[in-house]
Amino acid sequence: MSQAATAPTISIEARRASFLSSLAGFSRQQPVGALSLIVILVMLVASVFAEWIAPYDPLDIDYFAILQAPSWDHLAGTDPFGRDVFTRLIYGARTALVIGLSASFVGCTLGALLGAASAYFGGRTDAVIQRFVDVLLSFPLVVLALVVVAVLGRNLVFGIDIGLVFAIAIPIIPQVSRVIRAAALSIRNMSYIDAARTAGYSNTRIILRHMAPNLIAPYLIMLTAYIAQAILLEASLSFLGLGVAEPTPAWGLMLSGNATDYFITAPWLIIFPGIAISLAVIAFNLFGDALRDWLDPKFRN
Amino acid sequence: MIRYIFNRLLMMIPTLIGVALITFFILRIVPGDIVEVKMRADGAAVSVEAIEAERKRLGLDQPLGVQFVDWMKGLVTLDLGQSMWTGRPVSEEIAARFELTFEIAILATIFAVLVAVPLGTVSALWRGTWIDYTVRLITMGGLALPTFWVGLLLLMFLLWNFNWLPPITFTPFWRDPWANISQLIWPAMVVGYRFAAVLARLIRSSLLEILNEDFIRTARAKGASERKVVWVHALGNALLPAITVIGLEFAFLIGGLVVTEQVFNLNGIGKLFIQSIKFNDYTMIQGMVMMFAAIYVIANLVVDLLYAAIDPRVRYR
Repeated sequence: MSQAATAPTISIEARRASFLSSLAGFSRQQPVGALSLIVILVMLVASVFAEWIAPYDPLDIDYFAILQAPSWDHLAGTDPFGRDVFTRLIYGARTALVIGLSASFVGCTLGALLGAASAYFGGRTDAVIQRFVDVLLSFPLVVLALVVVAVLGRNLVFGIDIGLVFAIAIPIIPQVSRVIRAAALSIRNMSYIDAARTAGYSNTRIILRHMAPNLIAPYLIMLTAYIAQAILLEASLSFLGLGVAEPTPAWGLMLSGNATDYFITAPWLIIFPGIAISLAVIAFNLFGDALRDWLDPKFRN
Repeated sequence: MIRYIFNRLLMMIPTLIGVALITFFILRIVPGDIVEVKMRADGAAVSVEAIEAERKRLGLDQPLGVQFVDWMKGLVTLDLGQSMWTGRPVSEEIAARFELTFEIAILATIFAVLVAVPLGTVSALWRGTWIDYTVRLITMGGLALPTFWVGLLLLMFLLWNFNWLPPITFTPFWRDPWANISQLIWPAMVVGYRFAAVLARLIRSSLLEILNEDFIRTARAKGASERKVVWVHALGNALLPAITVIGLEFAFLIGGLVVTEQVFNLNGIGKLFIQSIKFNDYTMIQGMVMMFAAIYVIANLVVDLLYAAIDPRVRYR
């Protein structure tokens, strides 16, 4: 009994130590990755604690302070409604992360399941799934997303636009399923899988205990990398007026509409949201690359 | 060769039917159609009879299967039906805007190739130096910066520095080449930047791989000059995979220009697509999706044929 009582504390401590040391190892081997991780953490903190960090309310309209240039009162100026741009950038991080994370998660998970099923069942199932994937891959990214937007429309669940999440997730599915299928196929032919089969293990056990752990690394790498693509696609759709809807603060939305009118009078309205999108996308891209190199040198291209 | 092309053309049919099936039924999964959008748009009180009559006129009262078969019958004869919004033939609406989008796609491809080949090559040859890092920074920007933002910055730059913005109305190239180019070169450069980034990365990695191959060592051993080794033996082979990317990216550009056309306020295929999405114009969306898919499939075929023509190792019967 005493052993059972002490075992968890040891394992948690050991885990914490190993987490910290692996974090240190990651920063040493992948300095660029560590830097982008810091950017991601800043974004994360900003979006979680937006209420405390942001100097104003993102929806507060102030007609006595419209289109003000950046100053100490308004770090990134104000928009045509007198809303504080800096505040809206902080809340925009929340929108980008929530949509980006959920779309990447949905897309990568469905894609991974499809790819794994395709590889595992093989034969006719594989052929049918692969033809379906071929069809999905023959569309430009934005076109596929827009068709899904047209179909699903706006459906808010817990404040998240599910239609938008799926519009961004669905173009990710075929791409991820291809990679996972290839990885699963190569694993299926490994000798340790043969060994497991010879030992008489069930299919379920082989899939869950022997194959899945080896698919987790590529899955995690793609999950991170596709957050970048999801944020970019969300911004594009919002820019087109078919993504996040006003008055929700979103980076792409801040650039949509008649942004061209403010080229001369209020260039900060155009410059800051673009920097925010680019920084977020670059950070997730670089972090994904670093994670790939660090987790598995085999995935280096 | 002719037989190969014929077979490939036959193989396109199942893919296109798959695209047709998916788009047709996906668009009709959810209730609510164009008639509602069209007639109740401003909250007007429209009688149920009027809505039913309009549905009937557009053929939306028929069972889905019948609608699908009717549409497919038209497709065989390249008749894409009529827009449910404007009532004009879909093919006519597309044709009216195709020239503009197609020209931007061509200009963007030329721009991308002109930029990417030298960038990718110097980046591989001077791997690990500041040249390489600069190129990688540029290509990273191409992949991460949103195209609509790059477009806005470019327009802002033109306005600030030259007090000039590109013309908004489209002039065909054969009527006034200068007016035409001065309008379309900017969007072409913006999408070309992203295109060039993808291409330069590919050329860099494939060149690095090829420089380690045995035949490069052989070429050096037999005394070929370094310039000849790089530019003839290595680059020639490194550009082969680039053909695939160029072909497919070009196909994707026709549909992928949606965002850029919005920035530059161009009335092209992309803008038409956005409008059709906003109005739930089924026939228009279906027709355009079929066109995008057909362009992609044909681009695939052209790429394969180009390989056969260029690469002596590839032979088709």
